[in-house]
Amino acid sequence: MKVLVPVKRVIDFNIKPRVKADGTGVETAGVKMSMNPFDEIAVEEAVRLKEKGIATEVVAVSIGVQQAQDTLRTALAMGADRAILVLTDVAVEPLGVAKTLKALVAKESPDLVILGKQAIDDDMNATGQMLAGLLAWPQGTFASKLDIADGRATVTREVDGGLETVSLALPAIVTADLRLNEPRYASLPNIMKARKKPMETLAPADLGVDVTPRLTVVSVAEPPARKAGIKVDSAADLVARLRKEAKVI
Amino acid sequence: MTVLVLLDHEAGAIRQASRSAVTAALTLGDVHALVTGDASVAAAAAKIPGVAQVLHATDAGSAHDLAEPLAALIAALAGDYSHVVAASGATAKNVLPRAAALLDVQPIPDVVSILDADSFVRPIYAGSALATVKSSDAKKVLTVRAAHFDPAPAEGGNAAVRDVTAPEAPVLSEFVSIERSKSERPELDSARIVVSGGRGMQNEENFKLLNPLADRLGAAIGASRAAVDAGFVPNDYQVGQTGKIVAPELYIAVGISGAIQHLAGMKDSKVIVAINKDPEAPIFQVADYGLVADLFEALPQIEAALDSAE
Amino acid sequence: MTEHARETMEFDVVIVGGGPAGLAAAIRLRQLSPDATVCLIEKGSEIGAHILSGAVIEPRALEELLPDWRERGAPLNTPVTEEAMLYLTESRGYAVPMLDRVMPHMRNHGNYIVSLGDVCRWLAAQAEELGVEIYPGFAGAEILEEDGRVVGVATGDMGVGRDGQPGANYAPGMELRARYTLFAEGCRGSLTKRLMAMYNLRKGVDPQTYGLGIKELWEIPKDRHRPGLVQHSFGWPLDDRTYGGAWMYHFGENLVSYGFVVGLDYPNTWLSPFDEMQRLKLHPSFRAYFEGGRRIAYGARALSEGGLQSVPRLTFPGGALVGDAAGFLNVPKIKGTHTAMKSGMLAAEAVAEAMESGKAEPASYTRRVRQSWLWQELRGVRNIRPAFARFGMKGGALYSGIDAMLLRGRAPWTLHHRHADNETLESATVSAPIAYPKPDGKITFDRLSSVFLSATNHEEDQPVHLKVRNPDLWKTVNWDVFRAPESRYCPAAVYEAVDTDTAPRLQINAQNCVHCKTCDIKDPAQNIDWVTPEGAGGPNYPGGM
Repeated sequence: MKVLVPVKRVIDFNIKPRVKADGTGVETAGVKMSMNPFDEIAVEEAVRLKEKGIATEVVAVSIGVQQAQDTLRTALAMGADRAILVLTDVAVEPLGVAKTLKALVAKESPDLVILGKQAIDDDMNATGQMLAGLLAWPQGTFASKLDIADGRATVTREVDGGLETVSLALPAIVTADLRLNEPRYASLPNIMKARKKPMETLAPADLGVDVTPRLTVVSVAEPPARKAGIKVDSAADLVARLRKEAKVI
Repeated sequence: MTVLVLLDHEAGAIRQASRSAVTAALTLGDVHALVTGDASVAAAAAKIPGVAQVLHATDAGSAHDLAEPLAALIAALAGDYSHVVAASGATAKNVLPRAAALLDVQPIPDVVSILDADSFVRPIYAGSALATVKSSDAKKVLTVRAAHFDPAPAEGGNAAVRDVTAPEAPVLSEFVSIERSKSERPELDSARIVVSGGRGMQNEENFKLLNPLADRLGAAIGASRAAVDAGFVPNDYQVGQTGKIVAPELYIAVGISGAIQHLAGMKDSKVIVAINKDPEAPIFQVADYGLVADLFEALPQIEAALDSAE
Repeated sequence: MTEHARETMEFDVVIVGGGPAGLAAAIRLRQLSPDATVCLIEKGSEIGAHILSGAVIEPRALEELLPDWRERGAPLNTPVTEEAMLYLTESRGYAVPMLDRVMPHMRNHGNYIVSLGDVCRWLAAQAEELGVEIYPGFAGAEILEEDGRVVGVATGDMGVGRDGQPGANYAPGMELRARYTLFAEGCRGSLTKRLMAMYNLRKGVDPQTYGLGIKELWEIPKDRHRPGLVQHSFGWPLDDRTYGGAWMYHFGENLVSYGFVVGLDYPNTWLSPFDEMQRLKLHPSFRAYFEGGRRIAYGARALSEGGLQSVPRLTFPGGALVGDAAGFLNVPKIKGTHTAMKSGMLAAEAVAEAMESGKAEPASYTRRVRQSWLWQELRGVRNIRPAFARFGMKGGALYSGIDAMLLRGRAPWTLHHRHADNETLESATVSAPIAYPKPDGKITFDRLSSVFLSATNHEEDQPVHLKVRNPDLWKTVNWDVFRAPESRYCPAAVYEAVDTDTAPRLQINAQNCVHCKTCDIKDPAQNIDWVTPEGAGGPNYPGGM
């Protein structure tokens, strides 16, 4: 069974993004970039499937600028077998990403695509679902547990107020939530070995995909600062206000 | 323009967040509501003022809100609508992007402000920035953050109900089971109310004094980094920069000074309450309600006030 | 620690540290020996993540290393066009006249205002192009020694829990074995410190003295930005017994590098370098530049101030010390990048020669240093910093003027450093308390909101990397005598004295650590040992820093 894992290069989760003074976006020049944390979980899950003998090959894919190679190298160091970079300078939206991945699925014929549930830059939480829609494959989103057996994937999903389990016919799409696993480190020996693993570079045009964005970013602004409210006199006053004024309890 | 709103339900009632989505949708045009579940859900939807028509999905797949049939149904219905809207939540996030893909539309999630039919404001980078985006798609698919729109009333309307079914398609996924969270603490990152403690709790033993308050409110328990560093609670309680980012409806900070690292993790909460004996603590600069008091005296008083009749 | 097999990789040369010295050494090595395998490790999450400097740099060494640096797009974009040295009183600033003659080492004609982090990122790209293997995110944690010879380093284990036990994602460190190992850890390197003890490298030289530099990066309104402006100050708010001053450089797109250095031989236990740095911004000579601006990054780093008298033996069997790990900073010039790079290049030349001859110790490095402009330069300024320690700020300034104008750096005597910095602190009862203003949240800030802007992170579940050797000593020495000076000199709020009314104890917030190393230097009883935390931990200084 072949597993495809798309990974995205994003501003490292430790960095507080800074809105550019001219309001055109968030500063990325000289900012540390890393693999999207949810994608690390997806890679880890795919590698574990391989270690269990369920998957035979793990292929990592990224769509983005040349430096996304570094992100793919991390995936290779974590245990992916080979990598594909779809090189583009356009900031591709989930719809464009899903179309690109659909074309790659046609080329690679994986039985399973595992994605992070969302990227921590645009917070869209859409690519996996959209890819599933385009492929007419079943989807198991926000997975906290994944079992593969008898041509089906059993996925435990984190839903509002509980955990839902669904059974999907393969091929299928799974998106990873935080509790699916704790990703391993890309260790130094594995990073060294990853330098020798194959990496292929393609252009969106090679795949016949149009990735023109549908959304225009008009402006990006800092959220308004929160203002201090009032001081209450007593615990009873506080509870009364939470009940009557704020209506949150 | 007419807008299709996907309503989410729980135990036969329409979720409050979905009624906020109705309010948001009404700023765009007339509202038709799509519901799953049994007839009582459809009846509840029909009572929401502003809902002009209720579409009730009655097929088996839709009964469990499975993404595959429900997205196909939305895509099939969407021809009549300018926008498809739902409240941000697990169901909508599962279904709407799939429907958008079927419609060749880029969805717009987590909208906090609707500027016009094409332009929306949404948070990016976990709320560190707000992006204003304009869609060139003919049809818009969006989810809205419930906290930013007042919920429409639950009663007062009287819309007609029409049954709809998802188009015939191979069955790709099956519902197996659902395990509702038990009465134990909700998860920190999805709880409606969070009670957090800081260094002011003094030690591991005292930190447990937050339990009775959290029990009464059905709240999750969090902690500041200082409290985690001091060993009062494990790492996974931590709210803030390197811990979890939470945005509950009510956040109660007890004995937390309000270092910026902590504020970064909870400043998007709808209502913030701070209890601290230091009136100069930075937490008061972001709190809607501040109580300057010794927390060991204040906690039992709050519990008593909660226990007393309204 | 439980025994796990460590993997091993062999190289001709391993370099510990991806700053200007290490990167220059790596580049020079591949230029001289294109077939040599060169591996460079860096504890920061990426090259540049832990680089903190002003920085005005002199391109002399870069010119020698990569003469076509302009064509290669080196980020040296803002030439110095305007400079001033101010002596501050509390309310006024007086420009030092005839700066060129009184402080010739301060002349910045032909120099550039840069982000040293960005320069290092660029140097790393040049090195990789030449075939150097660079691995950021891995700390040199252990020196490998066999038969009296250094044979490489081991990186630290990853995924060890706070209790010291391997966790679920434990990954053992790796042995990077090399014929020659260059230590380019910067000031007060943790492995360098061990090497000095192992090979007695400090025998016969003065103790090293240090400074602590604290820096902020600002974006200011365009109408106040004067690209190319270099402004330094001394005097207020420090007293005459305390060495230090501020810098402000205007560069790039409306960026201002502001910072403050204080000599770590300061005596007053109540002194807080961080708060001095904050309040100095309110001085009329600085304040106007910050109004309406926004602070975008923060960081701190110790630097070596001992100069020539404190440079240790540079080589040992199997390797050498380069850059500020050896203490090659030119203090009066307030520059160490060109000297660091030069020392790296000279060490590379010595190593290339030793590889040919098969000698264990690249001993010609010392001779090369002594014959180079690097040595000339440090020799010329050797008496200036010790004069400040001996004669105070005003006397030191006078001495340095005389040294420059009359002696021209050729004084027949050498002033020595008489104390290590941990020996100079005076007790809490003797020291005069200092009242610092409260931060205003616009121009001045508190420690925690500052650390926030350093994007510092450490994996929470790991052993504390600040080792207090004898915990009992803290109460009797640090608290009883000095009233917890670490809570003031630490610029990252790592150290807090808590429960001071009842049973005072030291709380260590190791996650905040920006790797400045000041605690390792200044702790009065030398009771704090700074060791490398899990790789990739620490600050993440952004581009522009």
